[in-house]
Amino acid sequence: MNKWTRRAFIGTGSLVGGGFVLGVAGLALAPSRHSVVSDDAADTGQLTTWITVTPDNIVTILVPHCEMGQGTQTALAMMAAEEMNADWALVRVKEAPALDAYANAYIVHAFAGEVPSPFVRGFDYGTYRLARWFGTQITGGSLSVRTTGVYGMTVAGAAARDMLIAAGAARFGVSPSDCNALNSRIVHTASGKSASFGELAKAAAAIRVPTRPTLKKPDTYTIRRTARPRFDIPSKVNGSAIYGIDFTVPGMLYAAVEIAPVYGGKLLSVDSGPAEAMPGVKKVVRLDDAVAVVADSYWRARRALSDLKPQFSDAGHGQVSSASIFAAFDTALGTAPAMPAGATKVITADYRVPFLAHATMEPMACTARVEGDHAEVWAGVQDPLNARDAAAKALGVNVAQVTFNNLLLGGGFGRRLPFTYDYVDMGVRIAKAMSPTPVKMVWSRETDMQHGYYRPAGMSRFAGALDASGTPLAVKSSYAGGGDGEAVFMPYTIADKTSEGRDAKHPIRTGAWRSVLNSQHGFFKESFIDEMAHAAGKDPFAFRRDLMTDQPRFRAVLERVAAMADWGSPLPAGEGRGIAVTECFGSIVAEVAHVAVSAEGQLRVRDVFAVVDCGDVVNTDSAMAQVEGGIIFGLSAALVGEITIAEGRVVQGNFNDHQMIHMSDAPRITAEFIRTDRRPGGLGEPCVPPVAPAVANAIFAATGVRVRDLPIKNTVLSRRSTIAI
Amino acid sequence: MPIRLTVNGQEHSLDVEPDTPLLWAIRDTLGLTGTKFGCGISACGACTVLLNGKAERSCILPVSAAEGATITTIEGLTRDGTLHKVQQAWIDHQVPQCGYCQSGMIMAVTALLDEHPHPTDDEIDASITNICRCGTFVRVRRAIHAVAQGAS
Repeated sequence: MNKWTRRAFIGTGSLVGGGFVLGVAGLALAPSRHSVVSDDAADTGQLTTWITVTPDNIVTILVPHCEMGQGTQTALAMMAAEEMNADWALVRVKEAPALDAYANAYIVHAFAGEVPSPFVRGFDYGTYRLARWFGTQITGGSLSVRTTGVYGMTVAGAAARDMLIAAGAARFGVSPSDCNALNSRIVHTASGKSASFGELAKAAAAIRVPTRPTLKKPDTYTIRRTARPRFDIPSKVNGSAIYGIDFTVPGMLYAAVEIAPVYGGKLLSVDSGPAEAMPGVKKVVRLDDAVAVVADSYWRARRALSDLKPQFSDAGHGQVSSASIFAAFDTALGTAPAMPAGATKVITADYRVPFLAHATMEPMACTARVEGDHAEVWAGVQDPLNARDAAAKALGVNVAQVTFNNLLLGGGFGRRLPFTYDYVDMGVRIAKAMSPTPVKMVWSRETDMQHGYYRPAGMSRFAGALDASGTPLAVKSSYAGGGDGEAVFMPYTIADKTSEGRDAKHPIRTGAWRSVLNSQHGFFKESFIDEMAHAAGKDPFAFRRDLMTDQPRFRAVLERVAAMADWGSPLPAGEGRGIAVTECFGSIVAEVAHVAVSAEGQLRVRDVFAVVDCGDVVNTDSAMAQVEGGIIFGLSAALVGEITIAEGRVVQGNFNDHQMIHMSDAPRITAEFIRTDRRPGGLGEPCVPPVAPAVANAIFAATGVRVRDLPIKNTVLSRRSTIAI
Repeated sequence: MPIRLTVNGQEHSLDVEPDTPLLWAIRDTLGLTGTKFGCGISACGACTVLLNGKAERSCILPVSAAEGATITTIEGLTRDGTLHKVQQAWIDHQVPQCGYCQSGMIMAVTALLDEHPHPTDDEIDASITNICRCGTFVRVRRAIHAVAQGAS
């Protein structure tokens, strides 16, 4: 293992063969986060910081974020390469390994607000040290481009460019100010002399890192704001991509597991005799909360597992059900909030959303080899340093004794975030029992579905008051199941607007699910404002727009999406449009759903229109893919997604009883971005929350049936049975 | 008795129980991990391979039932280093996101286009029932139509 140190003011280290490694120095007084380099980089070719240039003129960008289909590695490479004026064809990307040196702290910028520029360098370094201490290299919160891209990659790229220019100028005997970087070459225009980045790399490595490189003006971008094919796609069309579940080590065994069905339950007893007599079975491993069968093939392990009849305790939660949880929510919410005297009209409504599973297409899997007090682990995670930590804890060893290798993720959506590494914990515990033989543990779909960190179920109780002219005087709500300021924020100017969280604990394990709390509250608040509009006798689009008196960005996306969807034009009977707008992770998204409901109550979402203000768009095509994907993901949850609880355990087990939408359910999607020079906002999540309220509001427009509980499949939509609500 | 399988033009003799699902024989015994495990109940299609040219979900098919058949996996779709037109369309239209379901998706689409070179949207809906959690359906449809039109 390399030793990593900080070389103050030195962001460079020569590589064997004349390559160089760049870091970026910021202010003179504080160390630069980018100047953390490997002591033996020169000997081993081990890369440091974020950018390397090798003699073959290849620029490699090291990205401290995982790739789970969101396209972040390509987008971050684009941001660095843009500042370098690199030839995109000569740019490569690599995921930074799970080492302390790559601890990622740029995400802190998202929560810190604007840091005055004299302090940015010190801020970067301070947060980096903290991230190292915590052991964090997270990909989540729609933050990679917003933070690592904006504060890390652009600065690193610009510094690299200036160093290469300085090296070129020295070689040509001219002033750096007369030279430019162009397509991975440094060019002296007056003399026509030029040299490639690769030719200059060694000399550039000897040049002091500029403290404050100048970033390019957006109107000079040639790489950003274009559509660049993602680096990860070719391996995903020919079977060569290696996901966590695909990794193999010679001589490894396979494990299948059964976990206590009630979260917190313990293994009481299991008769391992019959299973151990089956062909290929090596061992039945008893863990405190699970039992594993280890065999020479996964199928043999799994078949033997199905013959075990383990007994588990229920941790005292055997009486918990969805009904009991929602009853507790109802009690916690109490009576509807009081409305101001003098209101002409008061309306109230309760909304409920269920637990949801991430249901990544790749079930959880982990391969590990434990030898003595050392371990090597392979899995797909959203935070390799935290996963390394989980493995070390499970084994009772120091993190330095664990090597963690991150692999491709077959979907993340929050299931593989920090502190959700039960599958890493379990994988290494099984491997420890089989030490030193490596073991690959693969969860069945049922295990994966029933042992998630679910999107919290939630409930919200709203009351709203209108005056005689239909102007809202108050909107108040209470909610149970989680919420925060961003999630409950309504961009409408209303005199009395409050929202209050109530506690209603339950033992179901929850976590962050694509768009997190916004997925519940987007539905609550954008449904209720729609109900307010109808109560006021106003058009739901115009009602919202007229209340956006101090929210120009919200108003812009709302007006644009209404125009795109031809809002207000006549529709046949049984069809309707619904609109919704939410902000999360720095981006604002408005969506219009156009639905058709047959007389029998059959719902078809024909179209979804979306307008996205995510600031400056980096990779236009992969950005659009996130819009499309977010809408489909949100639509699955809105229409059919639910995890229910009975006797303390998750009822759903596989894709037969846990539904997701298919090709045939997918609407046409028409989307566009608002052009802006604002810094990028997030994009992996913000398109999810508006879908459910847009569809529910469209159903009301089409049928008069107001959907207040998700998923929509649980509400009878037949127009024949419609009763005025 | 060993099971004899012909996968991607190569004959193999496998020492596995006859009721082992073809999926696990392909992934674990032959080491072809491009074919994915998603559900194990034939519900998601991540494990789709071609069995005598037809799309087949390998997670519930006993390996014994595939004996004597011609099996093609995602790894066998590329011939002499040239991508199959469906694979090329998947790159041209940047279809995959996480990509985990896409091997099965590509195999199902290959079988569909062999049978219906110019499928309608309804035919696509009826035969491409694979689950994609990332939500790539819009691009899957676009790429299928592009292949059908002969220009991806």
